[in-house]
Amino acid sequence: MTALLDIKNLEVAIDGKAILKGVNLTINEGEVHTLMGPNGSGKSTLSNVIMGHPKYEVTGGDIYYKGKSILKMEAHERALIGIFLAFQYPKEIAGVTLEEFLLAAYRAKQAHADPSKPPILVFRFKKMLKEVMAELKMPEDFAERFLNHGFSGGEKKKAEALQMAILQPTLAVMDETDSGLDVDALKTITANIDKVMRKREKTGTLLITHYQRILKHLKPDYVHVMKNGRIVKSGGPKLAHELEEEGYEHL
Amino acid sequence: MADPHVKSEVKEEKSEGIFAGLNRDTFDHSDPSEYMEKFKKGISPQLVAHISKDKDEPEWMLHQRMKAYEYFTRIPLPDWGPSLEKLDFDEICFFAKAADKKGGYDSWDKVPAYIKNTFDRLGIPEAEKQVLAGVGAQYESEVIYHSIEKELEEQGVLFLDMDVAVEKHPELVQKYFMKCVPANDHKFAALHGAVWSGGTFLYVPKGVKVEKPLQAYFRMNAMNMGQFEHTLIIIDDGAEAHYIEGCSAPKYGSNALHAGCVEVFVGKGAKFRYSSVENWSKDTYNLNTKRAIIEEGGIMEWVGGNMGSGVTMLYPCSILKGRNSRADHLGIAFANAGQTQDTGAKIFHLGENTSSRIVMKSISKGGGKSIYRGDLRIVKTAKNAISQVECDALILDPISVSDTYPNIKVDNNSATVNHEARVGRLNEEDIFYLTSRGIPVAQAEAMIVNGFINPIVRELPLEYAVEMNRLIELEMENL
Repeated sequence: MTALLDIKNLEVAIDGKAILKGVNLTINEGEVHTLMGPNGSGKSTLSNVIMGHPKYEVTGGDIYYKGKSILKMEAHERALIGIFLAFQYPKEIAGVTLEEFLLAAYRAKQAHADPSKPPILVFRFKKMLKEVMAELKMPEDFAERFLNHGFSGGEKKKAEALQMAILQPTLAVMDETDSGLDVDALKTITANIDKVMRKREKTGTLLITHYQRILKHLKPDYVHVMKNGRIVKSGGPKLAHELEEEGYEHL
Repeated sequence: MADPHVKSEVKEEKSEGIFAGLNRDTFDHSDPSEYMEKFKKGISPQLVAHISKDKDEPEWMLHQRMKAYEYFTRIPLPDWGPSLEKLDFDEICFFAKAADKKGGYDSWDKVPAYIKNTFDRLGIPEAEKQVLAGVGAQYESEVIYHSIEKELEEQGVLFLDMDVAVEKHPELVQKYFMKCVPANDHKFAALHGAVWSGGTFLYVPKGVKVEKPLQAYFRMNAMNMGQFEHTLIIIDDGAEAHYIEGCSAPKYGSNALHAGCVEVFVGKGAKFRYSSVENWSKDTYNLNTKRAIIEEGGIMEWVGGNMGSGVTMLYPCSILKGRNSRADHLGIAFANAGQTQDTGAKIFHLGENTSSRIVMKSISKGGGKSIYRGDLRIVKTAKNAISQVECDALILDPISVSDTYPNIKVDNNSATVNHEARVGRLNEEDIFYLTSRGIPVAQAEAMIVNGFINPIVRELPLEYAVEMNRLIELEMENL
């Protein structure tokens, strides 16, 4: 079976400085992988490079998605084939509503899947959005606000979960979705992500986190530890508990 | 929260959208102009006299024109602002008629087909059917179509071609014509006073509230054309109205000139909104003068978008004469390659408790230059005046320029003045965020730009907000 995501010896630099120094990682359909590691180990860089951020330079290795290299694809093209990045710090865009942004993204995805199909009508989209929001227990006017503009940390992460629910990715990369959230907010958001993931058995997930606490809510199948631009240890769910007790120092 | 984008699309689906299909060709397309053979280039006293005679004008108007011409010959070009060196008055045609019908036709069916086609492409007859209370359409120097809803006419609202107003309502016109913008104000006001032709006359009687907007559209078609329409608007005490102006011209690669003049008189407790979307071709000099005098408790709102022209010099002005009067100036300027958008606002606070607000948003791209030039004065008599100025500039690439020249003069200790200016650049991280959801880079940039101007665009009627967003997208695509 072809892996959903297959990262081979990936080397990445920014402004000439090497950050990833040979990363290998394979994620199959339906699997949840957690990537842990200290600050500055390269976790966020990896998530940005998977999504296709233009400021990073891939200096070696390759990234295969469903068996094909995606290195030459732009960020929006990667999104269209099913890759999604939930941002650690979602950007605030004034003057553009969450709803209007999601409509544009949804239509782009729809046009990519079937160019002959006319774009979804606004009222139909709104109806669908309303249903999804009700399911995720979001207030109705949430989508009418400007995209992340003036949102609290928790609201931003909720908005990311909503985007994921609407766009239904096949590969979801979640970059420190738990950071900056209090216990209750974490619970709500992970419950939402869990709902979204469970609906789609074929989705693969890469969960990047600092802390073990999110893993109580989202159960990983595999845990990897990144240090200094490399994955230095991989294992099952137990590894996360060991790390919690012993820290990264000894690795 | 008002959101023109999403809501407008709902409407588009129902009505196909009046302005949804606009593209560059819509504006750049030129129609044949054989009629131009009869008209000469350049300006002279003979031409000024000829225009007046052609219009069968009263003596006083001819006299005003000749006096204005004299000012024009004496007043030098402005010694500040963008260069007007390449503007050659001998190469401009100051007066041309495409159809000989004073006051315009009263039905689109009677308008010569090649002219009607142009306005059809621009969506004007359709907008008239759907959202407007009256329409005037000018082609070259003359108005070719004019209409107003019957009910408004019965309430005493006058909405006429300016040339017709001179003939039919001479006392009213003479009382106000170029009293707000005198011909000796500056060189282009003088030029305008000498060769003005066409335009709009709007009179709203006391207490009458016109709910739907009235629109005029000004189109230049021939090469090297000059357009000098005069817009005179009188909103009597307690009356309300909204007037929209649109303009465009095809591109020829040689200069055209627009030096219109807008005069607005807002009566006591009256309210008037003037919206304009100026989209002249990139070889047009747009040197326009717009000014309003606001009486006690009156409200004047200017909402403007400047997308076109090679050089624009435009600073709508509000004279807050009466106590408790208010002016809002909301503007967008988009300077693309080869364009200089020198725009801003002038506000004179004369009365007590007068207030003003200026919100200007400029975008510079492809080496374009946008300049905010403001002139805010609060005189001694204007006790407790309040003014708030906000200028936001968005620069899309490293070769484009934005400048701000705010001039503020306050002669009163009780005044409150607040000026904020911000300059921003398109942020790579913002674009990455939008593209990571499947939106291509160009569309993501257009979204950010439309978001930037949203606070102003949403003040426009829905259909015009769609047009404005579409124009921005065209500029974003256009390299």
